[in-house]
Amino acid sequence: MCFKLTLTAVKSAFRIFDMAINKNNTGYTFLFSIIMVVVVGAGLAYTSLSLKPLQKANAADKQMIDILVAIQVTSTRETAKEVFASYVSERISIDAKGNLVSKITGLVDSKNALDPFNIDIKKDYRAYKTKRDADGNILRDGYTFPLYVCKKDGKKLYVVPVVGSGLWGPIWGYVALEDDMETIFGAAFAHKTETPGLGAEINMPSFSDQFQGKSLREAAPYFNVIKSGGATDDSSVDGITGGTITSKGVEEMMNRTLDVYLRYFKTLKTVESDSLNTNNQ
Amino acid sequence: MSTENTKTTLKKESLFSKKNRMLLKDPLSDTNPITIQVLGICSALAITVQLQQAVIMSLSVLFVMIGGSLIVSLLRNMIPDKIRIIVQLVIIAALVIIVDEVLKAYQPDVSEKLSVFVGLIITNCIIMGRLEAFALANKPGPSVMDAIGNGMGYAWILLAVSAVREVFGSGAISLPGMGQITFLPEAWFIAKGGFYENNNLMILPPMALIVVGIIIWIQRSRNEALIED
Repeated sequence: MCFKLTLTAVKSAFRIFDMAINKNNTGYTFLFSIIMVVVVGAGLAYTSLSLKPLQKANAADKQMIDILVAIQVTSTRETAKEVFASYVSERISIDAKGNLVSKITGLVDSKNALDPFNIDIKKDYRAYKTKRDADGNILRDGYTFPLYVCKKDGKKLYVVPVVGSGLWGPIWGYVALEDDMETIFGAAFAHKTETPGLGAEINMPSFSDQFQGKSLREAAPYFNVIKSGGATDDSSVDGITGGTITSKGVEEMMNRTLDVYLRYFKTLKTVESDSLNTNNQ
Repeated sequence: MSTENTKTTLKKESLFSKKNRMLLKDPLSDTNPITIQVLGICSALAITVQLQQAVIMSLSVLFVMIGGSLIVSLLRNMIPDKIRIIVQLVIIAALVIIVDEVLKAYQPDVSEKLSVFVGLIITNCIIMGRLEAFALANKPGPSVMDAIGNGMGYAWILLAVSAVREVFGSGAISLPGMGQITFLPEAWFIAKGGFYENNNLMILPPMALIVVGIIIWIQRSRNEALIED
Protein backbone atom coordinates (compact mmCIF):
# COMPACT_ATOMS: atom_id res chain seq x y z
CA MET A 1 0.00 0.00 0.00
CA CYS A 2 2.70 2.36 1.08
CA PHE A 3 4.72 1.36 -1.95
CA LYS A 4 1.78 2.06 -4.29
CA LEU A 5 1.33 5.49 -2.79
CA THR A 6 4.97 6.44 -3.30
CA LEU A 7 4.82 5.07 -6.80
CA THR A 8 1.84 7.24 -7.72
CA ALA A 9 3.58 10.20 -6.08
CA VAL A 10 6.71 9.63 -8.15
CA LYS A 11 4.62 9.18 -11.26
CA SER A 12 2.71 12.42 -10.80
CA ALA A 13 5.97 14.19 -10.04
CA PHE A 14 7.29 12.93 -13.38
CA ARG A 15 4.12 14.12 -15.11
CA ILE A 16 4.40 17.62 -13.62
CA PHE A 17 8.07 17.65 -14.54
CA ASP A 18 7.18 16.66 -18.09
CA MET A 19 4.68 19.46 -18.47
CA ALA A 20 6.71 22.12 -16.70
CA ILE A 21 9.91 21.78 -18.69
CA ASN A 22 10.49 22.31 -22.35
CA LYS A 23 12.83 19.51 -23.29
CA ASN A 24 14.06 21.20 -26.44
CA ASN A 25 15.43 24.03 -24.38
CA THR A 26 19.23 24.33 -24.69
CA GLY A 27 19.60 25.00 -20.97
CA TYR A 28 17.75 21.77 -20.17
CA THR A 29 19.97 19.84 -22.58
CA PHE A 30 23.08 21.19 -20.86
CA LEU A 31 21.69 20.47 -17.41
CA PHE A 32 20.80 16.94 -18.44
CA SER A 33 24.25 16.23 -19.85
CA ILE A 34 26.00 17.64 -16.79
CA ILE A 35 23.93 15.56 -14.37
CA MET A 36 24.38 12.48 -16.54
CA VAL A 37 28.16 12.84 -16.72
CA VAL A 38 28.48 13.40 -12.96
CA VAL A 39 26.28 10.42 -12.09
CA VAL A 40 27.96 8.07 -14.57
CA GLY A 41 31.44 9.28 -13.61
CA ALA A 42 30.81 8.74 -9.91
CA GLY A 43 29.36 5.29 -10.55
CA LEU A 44 32.32 4.17 -12.64
CA ALA A 45 34.85 5.58 -10.19
CA TYR A 46 33.17 3.68 -7.37
CA THR A 47 33.15 0.39 -9.35
CA SER A 48 36.76 0.78 -10.35
CA LEU A 49 37.94 1.57 -6.81
CA SER A 50 36.01 -1.25 -5.18
CA LEU A 51 37.25 -3.89 -7.66
CA LYS A 52 40.87 -2.72 -7.68
CA PRO A 53 42.14 -5.00 -4.86
CA LEU A 54 40.76 -8.11 -6.59
CA GLN A 55 42.22 -7.09 -9.94
CA LYS A 56 45.59 -6.46 -8.32
CA ALA A 57 45.56 -9.90 -6.70
CA ASN A 58 44.76 -11.44 -10.09
CA ALA A 59 47.65 -9.59 -11.71
CA ALA A 60 50.01 -10.83 -8.96
CA ASP A 61 48.86 -14.44 -9.50
CA LYS A 62 49.41 -14.05 -13.23
CA GLN A 63 52.91 -12.68 -12.58
CA MET A 64 53.74 -15.74 -10.45
CA ILE A 65 52.42 -18.10 -13.13
CA ASP A 66 54.55 -16.36 -15.76
CA ILE A 67 57.70 -16.52 -13.63
CA LEU A 68 57.09 -20.22 -13.02
CA VAL A 69 56.63 -20.86 -16.74
CA ALA A 70 60.16 -19.54 -17.32
CA ILE A 71 61.55 -22.29 -15.06
CA GLN A 72 59.21 -24.78 -16.76
CA VAL A 73 56.82 -25.27 -13.89
CA THR A 74 53.12 -25.11 -14.67
CA SER A 75 50.63 -23.79 -12.16
CA THR A 76 47.10 -22.46 -12.09
CA ARG A 77 45.66 -19.34 -10.50
CA GLU A 78 44.54 -21.42 -7.52
CA THR A 79 47.92 -23.01 -6.86
CA ALA A 80 50.19 -20.17 -8.02
CA LYS A 81 50.95 -18.83 -4.52
CA GLU A 82 51.98 -22.19 -3.04
CA VAL A 83 53.97 -23.33 -6.06
CA PHE A 84 55.70 -19.96 -6.27
CA ALA A 85 56.67 -20.13 -2.61
CA SER A 86 58.04 -23.66 -3.01
CA TYR A 87 60.26 -22.88 -6.01
CA VAL A 88 61.30 -19.25 -5.57
CA SER A 89 63.68 -19.12 -2.64
CA GLU A 90 64.80 -15.49 -2.73
CA ARG A 91 63.57 -12.26 -4.21
CA ILE A 92 66.39 -9.82 -4.81
CA SER A 93 66.41 -6.25 -5.96
CA ILE A 94 69.47 -4.65 -7.52
CA ASP A 95 70.19 -1.11 -8.65
CA ALA A 96 71.08 -0.18 -12.21
CA LYS A 97 74.81 -0.40 -11.45
CA GLY A 98 74.45 -4.00 -10.42
CA ASN A 99 74.68 -3.59 -6.64
CA LEU A 100 72.49 -5.61 -4.35
CA VAL A 101 69.77 -3.46 -2.74
CA SER A 102 67.59 -5.89 -0.85
CA LYS A 103 66.98 -9.58 -0.41
CA ILE A 104 63.67 -10.98 0.76
CA THR A 105 62.63 -14.55 1.46
CA GLY A 106 59.30 -16.02 2.50
CA LEU A 107 55.82 -15.31 1.24
CA VAL A 108 55.05 -12.46 -1.13
CA ASP A 109 53.54 -9.51 0.71
CA SER A 110 51.52 -7.38 -1.67
CA LYS A 111 51.50 -4.47 0.77
CA ASN A 112 55.26 -4.30 1.25
CA ALA A 113 56.57 -1.73 -1.24
CA LEU A 114 60.14 -2.95 -0.65
CA ASP A 115 59.31 -6.46 -1.82
CA PRO A 116 61.03 -6.86 -5.20
CA PHE A 117 57.93 -8.71 -6.40
CA ASN A 118 55.97 -5.44 -6.19
CA ILE A 119 58.37 -3.36 -8.25
CA ASP A 120 56.49 -1.91 -11.20
CA ILE A 121 59.07 -2.95 -13.77
CA LYS A 122 57.12 -1.55 -16.67
CA LYS A 123 57.25 1.94 -15.21
CA ASP A 124 60.83 1.72 -13.95
CA TYR A 125 62.21 0.29 -17.17
CA ARG A 126 60.57 2.96 -19.25
CA ALA A 127 62.13 5.63 -17.07
CA TYR A 128 65.46 3.83 -17.21
CA LYS A 129 65.28 3.69 -20.97
CA THR A 130 64.52 7.36 -21.50
CA LYS A 131 66.22 9.30 -18.71
CA ARG A 132 69.63 10.64 -19.68
CA ASP A 133 71.95 13.15 -18.06
CA ALA A 134 73.22 16.30 -19.80
CA ASP A 135 75.92 14.35 -21.66
CA GLY A 136 73.47 11.80 -22.99
CA ASN A 137 74.59 9.00 -20.66
CA ILE A 138 71.94 6.76 -19.21
CA LEU A 139 71.03 7.79 -15.69
CA ARG A 140 71.61 4.77 -13.54
CA ASP A 141 70.31 5.99 -10.21
CA GLY A 142 67.01 5.67 -8.50
CA TYR A 143 65.66 2.47 -10.01
CA THR A 144 65.65 -1.02 -8.63
CA PHE A 145 65.37 -4.18 -10.66
CA PRO A 146 63.85 -7.41 -9.32
CA LEU A 147 65.55 -10.79 -9.66
CA TYR A 148 64.10 -14.12 -8.61
CA VAL A 149 66.35 -16.88 -7.33
CA CYS A 150 64.69 -20.26 -7.75
CA LYS A 151 65.55 -23.81 -6.77
CA LYS A 152 64.43 -26.61 -9.05
CA ASP A 153 65.63 -30.22 -8.81
CA GLY A 154 68.63 -29.08 -6.75
CA LYS A 155 69.62 -26.52 -9.40
CA LYS A 156 69.86 -22.81 -8.71
CA LEU A 157 68.10 -20.71 -11.33
CA TYR A 158 67.93 -16.94 -11.80
CA VAL A 159 64.77 -15.52 -13.34
CA VAL A 160 65.23 -12.13 -14.97
CA PRO A 161 62.13 -10.10 -15.88
CA VAL A 162 62.37 -8.28 -19.21
CA VAL A 163 60.07 -5.53 -20.48
CA GLY A 164 59.99 -3.76 -23.80
CA SER A 165 57.75 -2.76 -26.64
CA GLY A 166 56.50 -4.64 -29.64
CA LEU A 167 54.66 -3.34 -32.66
CA TRP A 168 51.39 -2.23 -31.05
CA GLY A 169 52.06 -2.15 -27.33
CA PRO A 170 54.08 -3.49 -24.45
CA ILE A 171 55.68 -6.92 -24.49
CA TRP A 172 57.30 -8.58 -21.51
CA GLY A 173 58.69 -11.86 -20.35
CA TYR A 174 60.89 -13.82 -17.97
CA VAL A 175 64.24 -15.38 -18.83
CA ALA A 176 65.58 -18.09 -16.52
CA LEU A 177 69.37 -18.49 -16.36
CA GLU A 178 71.20 -21.48 -14.93
CA ASP A 179 73.66 -20.96 -12.10
CA ASP A 180 76.58 -20.36 -14.48
CA MET A 181 74.58 -17.19 -15.27
CA GLU A 182 75.17 -17.70 -18.99
CA THR A 183 73.08 -20.63 -20.09
CA ILE A 184 69.37 -19.97 -20.62
CA PHE A 185 67.26 -22.54 -18.82
CA GLY A 186 63.94 -21.35 -20.19
CA ALA A 187 62.01 -18.29 -21.24
CA ALA A 188 58.42 -17.15 -21.45
CA PHE A 189 57.06 -14.10 -23.20
CA ALA A 190 53.74 -12.30 -23.24
CA HIS A 191 52.24 -9.35 -25.02
CA LYS A 192 49.33 -7.00 -24.71
CA THR A 193 48.10 -6.33 -28.23
CA GLU A 194 50.43 -7.88 -30.80
CA THR A 195 48.93 -9.08 -34.09
CA PRO A 196 47.29 -12.52 -33.70
CA GLY A 197 49.05 -15.14 -35.80
CA LEU A 198 52.13 -12.94 -36.29
CA GLY A 199 53.71 -11.00 -33.41
CA ALA A 200 51.31 -12.58 -30.92
CA GLU A 201 53.12 -15.89 -31.46
CA ILE A 202 55.85 -14.83 -29.01
CA ASN A 203 53.76 -16.27 -26.19
CA MET A 204 53.68 -19.70 -27.85
CA PRO A 205 56.03 -22.51 -26.77
CA SER A 206 57.19 -22.83 -30.40
CA PHE A 207 58.96 -19.50 -29.97
CA SER A 208 60.04 -19.62 -26.35
CA ASP A 209 61.28 -23.23 -26.43
CA GLN A 210 64.04 -22.16 -28.82
CA PHE A 211 65.72 -20.28 -25.98
CA GLN A 212 66.35 -23.40 -23.90
CA GLY A 213 70.02 -24.32 -23.71
CA LYS A 214 71.20 -21.22 -25.57
CA SER A 215 73.86 -19.09 -23.91
CA LEU A 216 74.54 -15.41 -23.56
CA ARG A 217 77.58 -13.73 -25.10
CA GLU A 218 80.04 -12.10 -22.73
CA ALA A 219 79.68 -8.65 -24.28
CA ALA A 220 76.79 -6.82 -25.87
CA PRO A 221 74.83 -7.81 -27.87
CA TYR A 222 74.25 -10.63 -25.43
CA PHE A 223 71.58 -12.31 -27.49
CA ASN A 224 70.03 -12.02 -30.96
CA VAL A 225 66.64 -12.75 -32.42
CA ILE A 226 67.32 -13.17 -36.13
CA LYS A 227 65.12 -13.25 -39.21
CA SER A 228 63.50 -16.65 -39.41
CA GLY A 229 65.86 -19.42 -40.44
CA GLY A 230 69.03 -17.44 -39.89
CA ALA A 231 69.89 -18.44 -36.34
CA THR A 232 73.10 -20.43 -36.50
CA ASP A 233 75.20 -19.76 -33.42
CA ASP A 234 74.54 -20.54 -29.79
CA SER A 235 73.41 -17.02 -28.84
CA SER A 236 70.61 -16.42 -31.27
CA VAL A 237 67.18 -17.78 -32.10
CA ASP A 238 64.83 -17.51 -35.06
CA GLY A 239 62.37 -14.65 -34.98
CA ILE A 240 58.77 -14.92 -36.06
CA THR A 241 57.95 -14.76 -39.75
CA GLY A 242 55.80 -11.70 -40.29
CA GLY A 243 56.48 -10.52 -36.77
CA THR A 244 59.81 -8.81 -37.32
CA ILE A 245 59.15 -5.74 -35.19
CA THR A 246 57.89 -7.84 -32.29
CA SER A 247 60.91 -10.18 -32.64
CA LYS A 248 63.27 -7.21 -32.66
CA GLY A 249 61.42 -5.92 -29.58
CA VAL A 250 62.21 -9.19 -27.79
CA GLU A 251 65.87 -8.84 -28.74
CA GLU A 252 66.01 -5.21 -27.66
CA MET A 253 64.38 -5.82 -24.28
CA MET A 254 66.61 -8.78 -23.53
CA ASN A 255 69.83 -6.93 -24.30
CA ARG A 256 68.83 -3.75 -22.50
CA THR A 257 67.68 -5.52 -19.37
CA LEU A 258 70.38 -8.17 -19.24
CA ASP A 259 72.92 -5.37 -19.36
CA VAL A 260 71.87 -4.42 -15.83
CA TYR A 261 71.61 -7.95 -14.46
CA LEU A 262 74.92 -9.08 -15.92
CA ARG A 263 76.63 -6.35 -13.90
CA TYR A 264 75.20 -7.92 -10.78
CA PHE A 265 76.12 -11.43 -11.93
CA LYS A 266 79.70 -10.23 -12.52
CA THR A 267 79.97 -9.08 -8.91
CA LEU A 268 78.51 -12.42 -7.80
CA LYS A 269 81.09 -14.30 -9.86
CA THR A 270 84.04 -12.31 -8.49
CA VAL A 271 82.81 -12.91 -4.95
CA GLU A 272 82.56 -16.61 -5.69
CA SER A 273 86.00 -16.88 -7.27
CA ASP A 274 87.50 -14.84 -4.42
CA SER A 275 86.04 -17.17 -1.88
CA LEU A 276 87.32 -20.14 -3.88
CA ASN A 277 90.80 -18.63 -3.96
CA THR A 278 90.83 -17.99 -0.23
CA ASN A 279 89.67 -21.55 0.37
CA ASN A 280 92.50 -22.88 -1.76
CA GLN A 281 95.19 -20.91 0.05
CA MET B 1 12.93 -7.73 -9.29
CA SER B 2 9.86 -7.44 -7.03
CA THR B 3 9.54 -3.72 -7.74
CA GLU B 4 9.57 -4.53 -11.43
CA ASN B 5 6.66 -6.93 -11.02
CA THR B 6 4.50 -4.56 -8.98
CA LYS B 7 5.13 -1.79 -11.42
CA THR B 8 4.01 -3.81 -14.39
CA THR B 9 0.89 -5.21 -12.74
CA LEU B 10 -0.26 -1.64 -12.22
CA LYS B 11 -0.33 -1.19 -15.95
CA LYS B 12 -3.35 -2.12 -17.95
CA GLU B 13 -1.62 -4.47 -20.32
CA SER B 14 -0.22 -7.61 -18.76
CA LEU B 15 3.52 -8.13 -19.10
CA PHE B 16 2.88 -11.54 -20.62
CA SER B 17 0.19 -10.51 -23.08
CA LYS B 18 0.42 -11.97 -26.55
CA LYS B 19 2.06 -8.85 -27.92
CA ASN B 20 4.74 -8.87 -25.25
CA ARG B 21 5.39 -12.56 -25.65
CA MET B 22 6.08 -11.90 -29.32
CA LEU B 23 8.74 -9.38 -28.22
CA LEU B 24 10.47 -12.22 -26.44
CA LYS B 25 9.94 -14.89 -29.08
CA ASP B 26 10.42 -13.14 -32.42
CA PRO B 27 14.10 -12.22 -32.05
CA LEU B 28 14.90 -15.86 -31.36
CA SER B 29 13.98 -16.85 -34.90
CA ASP B 30 12.07 -14.61 -37.32
CA THR B 31 13.78 -11.32 -36.48
CA ASN B 32 17.01 -12.76 -35.11
CA PRO B 33 19.56 -9.96 -34.75
CA ILE B 34 22.45 -11.99 -36.20
CA THR B 35 20.96 -14.24 -38.85
CA ILE B 36 18.15 -12.00 -40.13
CA GLN B 37 19.18 -8.45 -39.31
CA VAL B 38 22.92 -9.25 -39.57
CA LEU B 39 23.81 -7.04 -36.60
CA GLY B 40 26.58 -7.63 -34.07
CA ILE B 41 28.22 -10.07 -36.44
CA CYS B 42 31.78 -8.91 -35.67
CA SER B 43 31.84 -10.25 -32.12
CA ALA B 44 29.88 -13.33 -33.21
CA LEU B 45 32.69 -14.26 -35.57
CA ALA B 46 35.58 -13.34 -33.32
CA ILE B 47 34.88 -14.98 -29.99
CA THR B 48 33.14 -18.21 -30.95
CA VAL B 49 36.22 -20.44 -30.77
CA GLN B 50 35.32 -21.71 -27.30
CA LEU B 51 31.95 -22.29 -25.70
CA GLN B 52 33.14 -20.75 -22.44
CA GLN B 53 34.02 -17.46 -24.12
CA ALA B 54 30.69 -17.41 -25.91
CA VAL B 55 28.80 -17.95 -22.64
CA ILE B 56 30.59 -15.08 -20.92
CA MET B 57 30.18 -12.82 -23.96
CA SER B 58 26.46 -13.64 -24.20
CA LEU B 59 25.93 -12.93 -20.51
CA SER B 60 27.80 -9.63 -20.85
CA VAL B 61 25.73 -8.55 -23.84
CA LEU B 62 22.50 -9.64 -22.10
CA PHE B 63 23.42 -7.60 -19.02
CA VAL B 64 24.28 -4.50 -21.03
CA MET B 65 21.16 -4.91 -23.13
CA ILE B 66 18.73 -5.34 -20.25
CA GLY B 67 20.38 -2.63 -18.16
CA GLY B 68 20.54 -0.21 -21.08
CA SER B 69 16.95 -0.82 -22.15
CA LEU B 70 15.66 -0.42 -18.62
CA ILE B 71 17.54 2.81 -17.97
CA VAL B 72 16.73 4.37 -21.34
CA SER B 73 13.09 3.35 -21.02
CA LEU B 74 12.81 4.84 -17.52
CA LEU B 75 14.41 8.08 -18.70
CA ARG B 76 12.62 8.15 -22.07
CA ASN B 77 10.53 11.19 -21.16
CA MET B 78 13.51 13.10 -19.79
CA ILE B 79 16.16 12.49 -22.45
CA PRO B 80 16.42 15.57 -24.71
CA ASP B 81 15.84 14.56 -28.34
CA LYS B 82 18.84 16.49 -29.59
CA ILE B 83 21.37 14.44 -27.63
CA ARG B 84 19.55 11.13 -27.34
CA ILE B 85 22.14 9.11 -29.27
CA ILE B 86 24.95 10.42 -27.06
CA VAL B 87 22.92 9.68 -23.94
CA GLN B 88 22.33 6.11 -25.13
CA LEU B 89 26.01 5.74 -25.92
CA VAL B 90 27.05 6.96 -22.47
CA ILE B 91 24.64 4.56 -20.77
CA ILE B 92 25.87 1.61 -22.86
CA ALA B 93 29.53 2.56 -22.40
CA ALA B 94 29.14 2.87 -18.63
CA LEU B 95 27.52 -0.56 -18.40
CA VAL B 96 30.20 -2.11 -20.62
CA ILE B 97 33.00 -0.66 -18.49
CA ILE B 98 31.34 -2.11 -15.40
CA VAL B 99 31.17 -5.54 -17.11
CA ASP B 100 34.82 -5.26 -18.14
CA GLU B 101 35.97 -4.35 -14.62
CA VAL B 102 33.91 -7.14 -13.05
CA LEU B 103 35.32 -9.70 -15.50
CA LYS B 104 38.87 -8.52 -14.77
CA ALA B 105 38.22 -9.01 -11.07
CA TYR B 106 36.32 -12.30 -11.09
CA GLN B 107 37.12 -14.00 -14.44
CA PRO B 108 40.67 -12.84 -15.25
CA ASP B 109 41.45 -15.66 -17.70
CA VAL B 110 38.28 -15.19 -19.70
CA SER B 111 38.79 -11.45 -19.61
CA GLU B 112 42.24 -11.94 -21.13
CA LYS B 113 40.87 -14.09 -23.93
CA LEU B 114 37.98 -11.76 -24.74
CA SER B 115 40.39 -8.80 -24.54
CA VAL B 116 39.08 -6.00 -26.73
CA PHE B 117 35.78 -7.64 -27.57
CA VAL B 118 34.18 -6.78 -24.23
CA GLY B 119 34.99 -3.14 -24.92
CA LEU B 120 33.56 -3.52 -28.39
CA ILE B 121 30.13 -4.39 -26.96
CA ILE B 122 29.76 -0.61 -26.93
CA THR B 123 29.67 -0.62 -30.72
CA ASN B 124 27.45 -3.71 -30.96
CA CYS B 125 24.68 -2.51 -33.26
CA ILE B 126 22.08 -4.76 -31.64
CA ILE B 127 22.16 -2.83 -28.39
CA MET B 128 22.14 0.66 -29.85
CA GLY B 129 19.53 -0.42 -32.37
CA ARG B 130 17.11 -1.77 -29.78
CA LEU B 131 17.54 1.24 -27.49
CA GLU B 132 16.86 3.67 -30.31
CA ALA B 133 14.09 1.67 -31.97
CA PHE B 134 12.29 0.26 -28.95
CA ALA B 135 13.28 1.31 -25.44
CA LEU B 136 13.15 5.02 -26.26
CA ALA B 137 9.45 4.74 -27.12
CA ASN B 138 8.17 2.04 -24.79
CA LYS B 139 7.50 1.38 -21.11
CA PRO B 140 10.15 -0.41 -19.00
CA GLY B 141 8.30 -3.77 -18.94
CA PRO B 142 8.07 -4.36 -22.70
CA SER B 143 11.53 -2.78 -23.18
CA VAL B 144 13.13 -5.32 -20.86
CA MET B 145 11.23 -8.13 -22.61
CA ASP B 146 12.50 -6.85 -25.95
CA ALA B 147 16.05 -6.67 -24.57
CA ILE B 148 15.89 -10.22 -23.21
CA GLY B 149 14.47 -11.46 -26.52
CA ASN B 150 17.15 -9.86 -28.65
CA GLY B 151 19.91 -10.74 -26.17
CA MET B 152 18.84 -14.37 -26.22
CA GLY B 153 18.57 -14.29 -30.01
CA TYR B 154 22.20 -13.13 -30.09
CA ALA B 155 23.21 -15.63 -27.41
CA TRP B 156 21.85 -18.82 -28.94
CA ILE B 157 23.57 -18.18 -32.26
CA LEU B 158 26.84 -17.54 -30.40
CA LEU B 159 26.46 -20.70 -28.34
CA ALA B 160 25.52 -22.84 -31.35
CA VAL B 161 28.41 -21.57 -33.47
CA SER B 162 30.95 -21.89 -30.68
CA ALA B 163 29.78 -25.40 -29.75
CA VAL B 164 30.21 -26.58 -33.36
CA ARG B 165 33.59 -24.88 -33.69
CA GLU B 166 34.94 -26.19 -30.40
CA VAL B 167 33.80 -29.78 -30.93
CA PHE B 168 35.24 -30.07 -34.44
CA GLY B 169 38.18 -27.70 -33.94
CA SER B 170 39.47 -28.79 -30.54
CA GLY B 171 37.85 -32.23 -30.23
CA ALA B 172 36.35 -31.54 -26.82
CA ILE B 173 34.43 -28.86 -25.01
CA SER B 174 36.15 -27.49 -21.94
CA LEU B 175 34.06 -25.73 -19.33
CA PRO B 176 35.34 -24.54 -15.95
CA GLY B 177 34.39 -26.90 -13.17
CA MET B 178 33.40 -29.68 -15.58
CA GLY B 179 36.75 -30.34 -17.19
CA GLN B 180 36.87 -31.61 -20.75
CA ILE B 181 33.76 -33.10 -22.29
CA THR B 182 34.79 -35.38 -25.14
CA PHE B 183 32.44 -36.53 -27.86
CA LEU B 184 34.58 -38.92 -29.83
CA PRO B 185 36.40 -42.02 -28.54
CA GLU B 186 40.10 -41.35 -27.92
CA ALA B 187 41.11 -44.24 -30.16
CA TRP B 188 39.63 -42.52 -33.21
CA PHE B 189 42.28 -39.82 -33.21
CA ILE B 190 45.30 -40.18 -35.50
CA ALA B 191 47.62 -39.58 -32.57
CA LYS B 192 46.22 -42.75 -30.98
CA GLY B 193 46.34 -44.75 -34.19
CA GLY B 194 42.87 -43.89 -35.46
CA PHE B 195 41.62 -42.04 -38.53
CA TYR B 196 40.23 -38.77 -37.15
CA GLU B 197 41.95 -35.42 -36.77
CA ASN B 198 40.70 -32.10 -35.43
CA ASN B 199 39.91 -29.60 -38.14
CA ASN B 200 42.14 -26.57 -37.69
CA LEU B 201 40.04 -24.52 -40.10
CA MET B 202 37.26 -24.60 -37.49
CA ILE B 203 39.39 -22.52 -35.13
CA LEU B 204 40.03 -19.84 -37.74
CA PRO B 205 37.58 -16.91 -38.14
CA PRO B 206 36.30 -17.78 -41.66
CA MET B 207 34.69 -20.93 -40.30
CA ALA B 208 32.48 -18.84 -37.99
CA LEU B 209 31.10 -17.07 -41.05
CA ILE B 210 30.44 -20.40 -42.73
CA VAL B 211 28.68 -21.84 -39.67
CA VAL B 212 26.53 -18.70 -39.34
CA GLY B 213 25.78 -19.04 -43.06
CA ILE B 214 24.64 -22.62 -42.57
CA ILE B 215 22.32 -21.52 -39.74
CA ILE B 216 20.86 -18.81 -42.01
CA TRP B 217 20.38 -21.42 -44.75
CA ILE B 218 18.52 -23.82 -42.45
CA GLN B 219 16.41 -21.00 -41.05
CA ARG B 220 15.33 -19.69 -44.44
CA SER B 221 14.59 -23.09 -45.86
CA ARG B 222 12.27 -23.74 -42.92
CA ASN B 223 10.48 -20.41 -43.18
CA GLU B 224 9.98 -19.27 -46.75
CA ALA B 225 8.62 -15.90 -45.66
CA LEU B 226 12.19 -14.89 -44.77
CA ILE B 227 13.51 -15.40 -48.29
CA GLU B 228 14.09 -12.13 -50.13
CA ASP B 229 13.83 -11.86 -53.89
